Amino acid sequence: MSVGFVMLCHTALDRAAQVARHWAENGCPVVIHVDRRVRKRPYNKLVRDLSDVADVRFADRHACEWGTWGIVGATQSAATIMLRDFPQVRHVYLASGSCLPLRPVEELVAYLAERPRTDFIESVTTEDVGWTIGGLNIERFTLRFPFSWRRQRRLFDGYVRLQRLLRFKRRIPAGLEPHLGSQWWCLTRQTLSAILEDPERETYDTYFKKVWIPDESYFQTLVRLYSSNVESRPLTLSKFDFQGKPHIFYDDHLQLLRRSDCFVARKIWPHAGKLYRSFLSPDAATQTRAEPNPGKIDRLFSKAVERRTKGRPGLYMQSRFPNDNWENGKTAAPYSVFWGFADLFDNFEPWLGKVAGTRVHGHLFATDRVHYAGGETVYNGAMPDSPPMRDYNPKSFLVNLVWNTRGERQCFQFGPADVQKVGSFLASDPNAQISVISGAWAVPLFHSNRNFGEIRKEAARLQKIEAEHLNLLRSPWVKARVRVWTLADFVENPMEPLQVIVDEISPRALRRLTEAPRMADLTGFGQFLQNLRNQGMQPVLMGDFPTGDDPKPSANRRGRPYLVK
Amino acid sequence: MGLLSTYSLRLARKRWRIRAFRKRRELRAVSARTDKIKPDDILVFSTLRNERVRLPYFLRYYRDMGVNHFLIVDNDSTDGSREYLAEQPDVSLWHSAHSYKRARFGVDWLNWLQIRYAHKHWILVVDPDEFFVYPFCDTRPLRALTDWLDASSIKSFSAMLLDMYPKGPIGAQPYREGQDPFEIANWFDSGNYMISRNRKYGNLWIQGGPRARAFFADAPERAPALNKIPLVKWHRDYAYVSSTHNLLPRGLNLVYDEWGGEKASGCLLHAKFLDTFAVKAEEEMQRRQHYANSHEYRAYKAALNDHPDLWCKWSEKYINWRQLEILGLMSKGNWA
Repeated sequence: MSVGFVMLCHTALDRAAQVARHWAENGCPVVIHVDRRVRKRPYNKLVRDLSDVADVRFADRHACEWGTWGIVGATQSAATIMLRDFPQVRHVYLASGSCLPLRPVEELVAYLAERPRTDFIESVTTEDVGWTIGGLNIERFTLRFPFSWRRQRRLFDGYVRLQRLLRFKRRIPAGLEPHLGSQWWCLTRQTLSAILEDPERETYDTYFKKVWIPDESYFQTLVRLYSSNVESRPLTLSKFDFQGKPHIFYDDHLQLLRRSDCFVARKIWPHAGKLYRSFLSPDAATQTRAEPNPGKIDRLFSKAVERRTKGRPGLYMQSRFPNDNWENGKTAAPYSVFWGFADLFDNFEPWLGKVAGTRVHGHLFATDRVHYAGGETVYNGAMPDSPPMRDYNPKSFLVNLVWNTRGERQCFQFGPADVQKVGSFLASDPNAQISVISGAWAVPLFHSNRNFGEIRKEAARLQKIEAEHLNLLRSPWVKARVRVWTLADFVENPMEPLQVIVDEISPRALRRLTEAPRMADLTGFGQFLQNLRNQGMQPVLMGDFPTGDDPKPSANRRGRPYLVK
Repeated sequence: MGLLSTYSLRLARKRWRIRAFRKRRELRAVSARTDKIKPDDILVFSTLRNERVRLPYFLRYYRDMGVNHFLIVDNDSTDGSREYLAEQPDVSLWHSAHSYKRARFGVDWLNWLQIRYAHKHWILVVDPDEFFVYPFCDTRPLRALTDWLDASSIKSFSAMLLDMYPKGPIGAQPYREGQDPFEIANWFDSGNYMISRNRKYGNLWIQGGPRARAFFADAPERAPALNKIPLVKWHRDYAYVSSTHNLLPRGLNLVYDEWGGEKASGCLLHAKFLDTFAVKAEEEMQRRQHYANSHEYRAYKAALNDHPDLWCKWSEKYINWRQLEILGLMSKGNWA
């Protein structure tokens, strides 16, 4: 008892010849079908090349356009020859010209001999498949497809739409339950001959000639009528990418293919000389008798598909530039934006760096230069500190910074005195944690040694900018984690909000803050605000600071129980 | 994209092709071996001037990659480049003494040669200081990539220009003929690239890297473009518009995914900053044959006088394509 191979070839015939010879010389008869669209000369060469091998036959040639009946017709005629000419064959293995055996033929023969009644064919009902291309599942069986998908795509799509519109439906022949599956199978003589010699075959063939991609459904459906023992998986290792095209194996997949323990793999790049040499050499015998285990290869290719469809979050580059809201992560990692904190606390940056264990930058969007943490002039990824460069494309600047520092949370200061262009991007980014103390910009003004007229002007400008920013943060489309306190509220009770923010930055730390940042001296601040009012400028964003009633945050803080260890 | 703008782009493409047709008279064949080109061959197109010292490594690099034929326009070299190239069995050489600038920096000349010789070929358009790197280039020849692109119905492949520079002053280590330039210039900027979209042609516009950082920090809009589409399955109706930054029809510029995924892409390692750079900058200043009044070269020259070290502590040392892929400068896409 042995296994016979039916090979469907259309390119790289020299490689197909090599594989056919390998199988035939190892006692497995081979019937080769060559696409009719292949020119005469290469075909004749193939026939000549294999003329010295006894157990090779050539089938009548059909034109095999992808997705059409030709491939099934080719398979039928080749299989008929196989069953007729080689009575010793028990299993017929359908392979392509770009298949490569990964394990010695004897192992496959032994494997099949242990399972004499099993048909290996992936055969799944249409409801259960999620991998069909173009959204055609059951419609493959109920619509007509007279146009070529490759060459007449518009007609193809248009005709499908038209039939849907007219609610046209073909009747599926009685007794057939549509199944789909990989084109590559291995069937027993009993099952295959039952399919080929079925008295109803004419009906079925007529029906399937108009089904879309019949090579993935003809045998897969009919096998259910006759087989007593369907093992619904292909023996051929064949992986498809997101467009339904088979992945190709190269020389550098050698170890991966070796360890897969599969019997046959497709598709192999014709110039992958090392693969052909290693797997077709006579001493390629492996020690294993293991079950096929393509897990590693599965992972490799599913990762590739994921990279192609989802990509790496937060990455913008030459071949990934998502439209708005299609980014799958506008930035690569969460980061925190602090608005007004550095104005209220003298040592906010070093304090935060210490308690949260993160990188804390100054005002990244300051007008004079980019204030990176530690006063660096160049930062991760060789980012310069030049404001024109940053402002030329603030979004690129920010996403680059977050991308370059993956694995280390970034915090930075932002405020009304900074360049505001990046604001709306921040607000729309779910990775942004934005904490705002509104009105805190007044504190440095309060401490400044400038003329009051100047201060008043500057206060009016900053307040306007901040009001706009707050409006932005209140927009319905905001995705960032936004928290806003007025200066008055924050000064009243600074530890609780700080605790919340720090907990969110380093959730695993879970310890109480024992040390507060040093707050600027606010004695006389209420009066200062009153002076602004008296000069005709209305400071509204800092909340309620009554004149003369200076806040005493330090006393307040000391009373907090969580300061006790 | 309205009907009108589609049509105007079509006219633009026709215009570039007519222009290329006119400019063909400026080319004189020195050694045309184009009869040797076989139907499946991968072709390299290049324009150059006075690059003799770089040529041996350049040719070797692309021959090893699996390029079958080189089609080169020599813009009046005086350093023996022409004689050297004329001797090479797989090089077809044309000479032009006409203005590089008025041939739109060589694009017209090459467009013509591409119309004439590149139809249905995979072509790679690179300068002698650009070295193409693609996913798996250490284990798979270029034909593996083009076969895969063919199978995936992809017609153009992006490779961003990655400026490479030495540690220490440019030119401290002299470049020897035949040497791998990245033994000297083996550092690059990994993450300071600014990207925006060119609505008209649909291509991305990428700027940044050491040139923007060192020479254009105050005028980033003038920093040179780094986006390139050098590998194309050519059709005689195509035309490069501006260097290899973009082409028409504009579908070819869509080398990036817009829905979150990553398409496959490579890099062009740019070995510009060798000791030859200062000489080149000086010469180009004299000739004024470069883009936008050679302002790029003017900026270089000004900066080169006082700050010749492009290296900084965040510079990345080049290892291989996998490093570039991890850094997010290129991608394997769904090629595995």
